[in-house]
Amino acid sequence: MVKYLFARNEDIPAGTAAIYFGFSSIIWFIIGTGLGSFNAAKLAFPDWVTGSEMFAFGHMRQVHVHAVIFGWISMAFAMAMMYITPALGNTKLWSEKLGVWNCFLWNFGLSLTLTLLWIGMTSGREYTDFPWFLDLYILFLMVVPLGINVWMTIIHRRTQGIYTTNWFFGTGVFMVGIVVLVGNLPEYFQLTGLTEAYLTWWHAHNILGLWITPVAAAIAYYTIPKITGNPLYSHRIGHVHFWSIVVFYSTPAAHHIMSSPLPEWLKSFASVEGVLILVPAIAFVSNLLLTMTGKWHYFVENIEVRFTIVGVLLAIPLNMQGGFQQTRSINWYIHGTGWIVAHAHLALLGFSTFLEAAAVYYGIQTILRRKLYSLSLANFHFWFLLIGFCTYWISITIAGLIQGAAKIYEVPYIDVVIAEHPYMIARWVGGTMVFTGNVVWLINMWMTAREGTVIPEGRMPHELAYER
Amino acid sequence: MAFRQYKVGVRMFGCALGLSMMITLYMPSLTIVSVGTTAIGLQKELSYGRISGFSVEDPFNLGWGKPVTVTLNKDPKTGRKIDPMHAYVYKAGVPFPSGIRHPRILGIGSKDLSLGTGRIDQASEAQGAVFIVNEEGDFNGKGYPYVENATATRGWMPDQILAAVDDSNKHYIGAGKIMFVREQCWWCHTLLPEQTQDWQYFGIPPRLGDFNGESPTAFGSDRKAPDLMHVGSRNSSREWLMMHFFNPRLVQPHSIMPRFDYLWGTVDVDGDPIDFAKWRTEYTEYAEGKRVYPPEVPEYHPDTEIRYLIDYVLSLK
Repeated sequence: MVKYLFARNEDIPAGTAAIYFGFSSIIWFIIGTGLGSFNAAKLAFPDWVTGSEMFAFGHMRQVHVHAVIFGWISMAFAMAMMYITPALGNTKLWSEKLGVWNCFLWNFGLSLTLTLLWIGMTSGREYTDFPWFLDLYILFLMVVPLGINVWMTIIHRRTQGIYTTNWFFGTGVFMVGIVVLVGNLPEYFQLTGLTEAYLTWWHAHNILGLWITPVAAAIAYYTIPKITGNPLYSHRIGHVHFWSIVVFYSTPAAHHIMSSPLPEWLKSFASVEGVLILVPAIAFVSNLLLTMTGKWHYFVENIEVRFTIVGVLLAIPLNMQGGFQQTRSINWYIHGTGWIVAHAHLALLGFSTFLEAAAVYYGIQTILRRKLYSLSLANFHFWFLLIGFCTYWISITIAGLIQGAAKIYEVPYIDVVIAEHPYMIARWVGGTMVFTGNVVWLINMWMTAREGTVIPEGRMPHELAYER
Repeated sequence: MAFRQYKVGVRMFGCALGLSMMITLYMPSLTIVSVGTTAIGLQKELSYGRISGFSVEDPFNLGWGKPVTVTLNKDPKTGRKIDPMHAYVYKAGVPFPSGIRHPRILGIGSKDLSLGTGRIDQASEAQGAVFIVNEEGDFNGKGYPYVENATATRGWMPDQILAAVDDSNKHYIGAGKIMFVREQCWWCHTLLPEQTQDWQYFGIPPRLGDFNGESPTAFGSDRKAPDLMHVGSRNSSREWLMMHFFNPRLVQPHSIMPRFDYLWGTVDVDGDPIDFAKWRTEYTEYAEGKRVYPPEVPEYHPDTEIRYLIDYVLSLK
């Protein structure tokens, strides 16, 4: 990588930045899910690896969350942007060199910040745990260069129009900058009290809603039409999706702290806007599934389409849950329980991960012009990811419902802990399956890069047969 | 950008996002800041200090730069017995909480009384100060709690106050909250009783003014353990807490809480080194039924992180 950091932009082959981001994201996925598995083991077997401050659950828990969000998810997004945005503009990435530097600074910065977080340098605020000077690093050295690259590529495109995916990519990377800036205001300006709690949750909500959700959805808008050859079912519905995300997803941040003394009008406003999140959800799901008309055999035969469609299908329970769990009538029961943890994993490990995995699978094959090394390993990855995730999701949903019951029945709290113990074990099993699948994925991708069948110019990966 | 539609679209996008942020960020903040502080809010912010997370004075969350809360049973100047009261001692160099630095956030009434009668503007961080909370101040006919700068009004100096009380009346609540945040207790133990049975079981929910000046609020989001908002009122046994932190399964066999024995440091209260390995072996034997009694938990030295943490937990009344 060092030679590309100092080469001239023209000498760097197209797709280099995307490849670096892609492999980095897979490695962070392994690290992140490994940490998740470790933490889950500690919840199921609390005396495992005990007595050391550095391996205590408290120190490791947020490292898991930030590794998967900033390491896996965001870097997979960056990879998708690096190769999809130019492809949709019929052009090349504005600056491969900036992309390579971005990837290097991202990896370096993330390693540094996670190490500091691990040893205890935390701000104590959920999802904005990094201290403010590291948030500024993230903003200026990770987000802004990515944004500049994407925007300049879109501006210098050779097509006239801008496709749906690029609307989301462009605005997503812009909005995440604003979210990181505004959400950390409590740290820069030392805001306190409920204002600080609310801004922290505005940040958390909008990282999910204005960065992860739209960009993951945008990936599906590319992979399905590209691989199946069908045009997107409806441009108009794409418009509905885009505008309703901006309006309905940025507003209901208050739903994260409904039991706190926030102004009641804000909670009601958030509830209404939140239920309306079903509008972009239904727009997205219907548009994508209808795009598959006549090509459903790809769902069986093609690994990238399979990942994407499973991600799209998981968006249905995700948004149904999300839309309704923020009404006061449901929120009081499930808030602070495992149901929310399951919902978070449905969003990040279910919906988002499956869509990004498709982008990374497709991108690495297309850029390196190598067919996937082994379909068997890819299927192993897919099934371990899906079954592992479902085990996690279902077990923790059940545990969450049990925890919620503790708010109704006056039982000693320890009874809840005893009741949820089997689900903690199931969760650990599920998460470990995901971790195992990812290790296999890295091997598969590495072998693809080295020994995959060469794809001739002008052909797409799925036009060649799988050999193993 | 070629198409005129895109120029229109970009401006519409800006308006949409801007309007959304105005309605959901700016307007609520106006509502929230219109509520003044409560007495509990003042007690908390004076106990916790400036920030309870990463800060320039305490980047690794070790408990540096935090005030000490003392319980006074005698007047420090005259030595006469008084009703027990709390004083918040800020030694020289310890940053003041937001309510003192920016009295505006205390709200009408509290701010005026604190500045006027309380003379908090005369407190300087370079010299340190001692604060107390007066719960029944009178401003324009209504009652408000306010902060009194006892260094200016009564001549109480920080070092003098600390020398006048013994260690059992010193509570390192601010440093303890740092421990709570650093060890991330708030990931399992929430600080926000929710509705229905919660309110009966864990106590009343906090009021808006209770958070005044507190940063971060550490509500928690994913409860896997009892809510701690009012734990000091339910369980005020230092001995129980000590055992619970050293190994939760000593006092609660099915607990999934990790052990926090590393907060004891290296020596116990008598200065003898603690043999953790021996303790763990003996505990394992006890858990397997080979010993009748579990090993004794070493009593912590007063200058350890566990002391700070227990002080904080017990302060949550």
